[in-house]
Amino acid sequence: MIDFYLSLHPVVQGVLKGLAVILVIFPIGGACSMAERKVSAWIQGRPGPNRAIVPWVAWIPILGPFLQRLGIFHVMADGGKMLFKEDALPGHVNKFYFVLAPIVAMIPALTTVVAVPFGAYLDTAGQVIPLALANVDIGMLAVFAVSSMGVYSLILAGWASNSKYPFLGGVRASAQLISYELSMTLSVMPVFLWVNAPGREATLGLARVVEFQSGSWAGFTSASWGGVWFIFIMPVSAFVFITALFAETNRQPFDMPESEADLVGGFHTEYGAFKWGLFFVAEYSAMLIGSGVFTLLFLGGWNPLPWVPLADLVGWLTHLSPVLGHPIVVGLLSIGIFLGKVLALIFFFMWVRWTVPRFRYDQVMEIGWKKLLPLAIANLLAYAIGIAFLERG
Amino acid sequence: MAIVPLERKPLTFAERTYVPQILAGLRTTWQHLVKPKQTLEYPEQRPAIPPGYRGVPTLVMDPNGREKCVSCQLCEFVCPPKAIRITPGEIAPDAPTGHVEKAPKEFEIDMLRCIYCGMCEEVCPEEAIVLQNQFSMTGYTREEMVNNKARLYELGGTLPDSHFKWDKKKTAEEHGNDRH
Repeated sequence: MIDFYLSLHPVVQGVLKGLAVILVIFPIGGACSMAERKVSAWIQGRPGPNRAIVPWVAWIPILGPFLQRLGIFHVMADGGKMLFKEDALPGHVNKFYFVLAPIVAMIPALTTVVAVPFGAYLDTAGQVIPLALANVDIGMLAVFAVSSMGVYSLILAGWASNSKYPFLGGVRASAQLISYELSMTLSVMPVFLWVNAPGREATLGLARVVEFQSGSWAGFTSASWGGVWFIFIMPVSAFVFITALFAETNRQPFDMPESEADLVGGFHTEYGAFKWGLFFVAEYSAMLIGSGVFTLLFLGGWNPLPWVPLADLVGWLTHLSPVLGHPIVVGLLSIGIFLGKVLALIFFFMWVRWTVPRFRYDQVMEIGWKKLLPLAIANLLAYAIGIAFLERG
Repeated sequence: MAIVPLERKPLTFAERTYVPQILAGLRTTWQHLVKPKQTLEYPEQRPAIPPGYRGVPTLVMDPNGREKCVSCQLCEFVCPPKAIRITPGEIAPDAPTGHVEKAPKEFEIDMLRCIYCGMCEEVCPEEAIVLQNQFSMTGYTREEMVNNKARLYELGGTLPDSHFKWDKKKTAEEHGNDRH
């Protein structure tokens, strides 16, 4: 099986790997839309969607009712509805760009995953090899470059809809996303300043950042710094990054492009059925990738705890049973740890959404330009000077 | 009343960063998240009906199984949305309840018109029409939503009676007191 896979053309291998990753991201995106409804319900003291059920699942004694309470089948019902309902195309829109916009939304959301490593395994020499579609050195840059394409879909959607509220939504989206991209990029610079010590090969790769957070406890010496996650070393960076991430993924309290209270539905007012669904899967995929990048940069990636890197954990597990040291088991374990952190972050996104009301648009601009950007610059300068002193001494 | 000028304090630095407020908000929502849910899951769980509740109007019988309504049509006349339609009828003199002069031949309450005001219950001299606990009426057609006499008695059932007015009248008559 594995030999057959390895004998395929590299392009075919790549396509298969890509499809496998998309097959994981899509259902998680759908499940996130359900989780959003459930979390909102729980926060508001309701049980949330809990009625739909397929008869042959209802026959399973305990699991069936449990899945029903969890609202699993509402996801499928919603998805099915979205697929089969009439896909209306309003008469006053620019048809080509109108259809293009949701496609442009999906492409960057699913492309950024290429540069994001999502797990690791140990080869026979005990080296940690990251699992990624393409573990490239320009990792972070690629993610930023491609994900910022996402704003074009909102602008296109707003413009092609040829009506005033979507247009306003599109305009807001463009201004907001461009403003926050600045502070986002500046906030991760200290991390890469720290990672790229002089004398080593320079990199913007995300796997390398995780490698830097995989140290073990070495007493009260400078070597112990390697095991601390960057969120503890650079809390300000992490704060600016996550705030900008909220703005970049159009999440509350920054969901200006949608702002259903004043703009009907914002950029997607004229959209319905599957095209509307694509926007939402794209939004959740962008959230997933964003949370993934945050996990890799600041939360130690696939390392279970600070000072407990994956290699140590695998070492302990191999003592229990050699089977647990098999690369596939280790790979699945690391993906599990990584996904766990990502989903916890997604929950945090939802929790914030149902807590904080939307900012006014001028507040969004003021926070972006007058607060976050100076903070990010000051943070970068402070760490640049600090790192310069550390490396000299 | 004296005017008390309140000092308007400028926002502190912490308040201007929004962060402490957002954290306090997150704490509040977390408490709600783990608290038991408030929802009554309706078809399985029913709300407790308080006494004096005005539900669907029904016709009731007295404990002897006699229909109480004497088709005086007061409810029909008082009904603000004109939901009640009564066709009066005679009672055969040799029937066990022959001493009661009249009974409705047909009694219809149009539940699409009824506003549950309870004036019919208030005006009824016989305590024959009562708004009971049922609050949910459904049907697929307009005709289904009109309760006829049989349906009204089925909904109403029998309620306790403290007067037995017509029984007293009959006893009085048997004792030669025509005018009780």
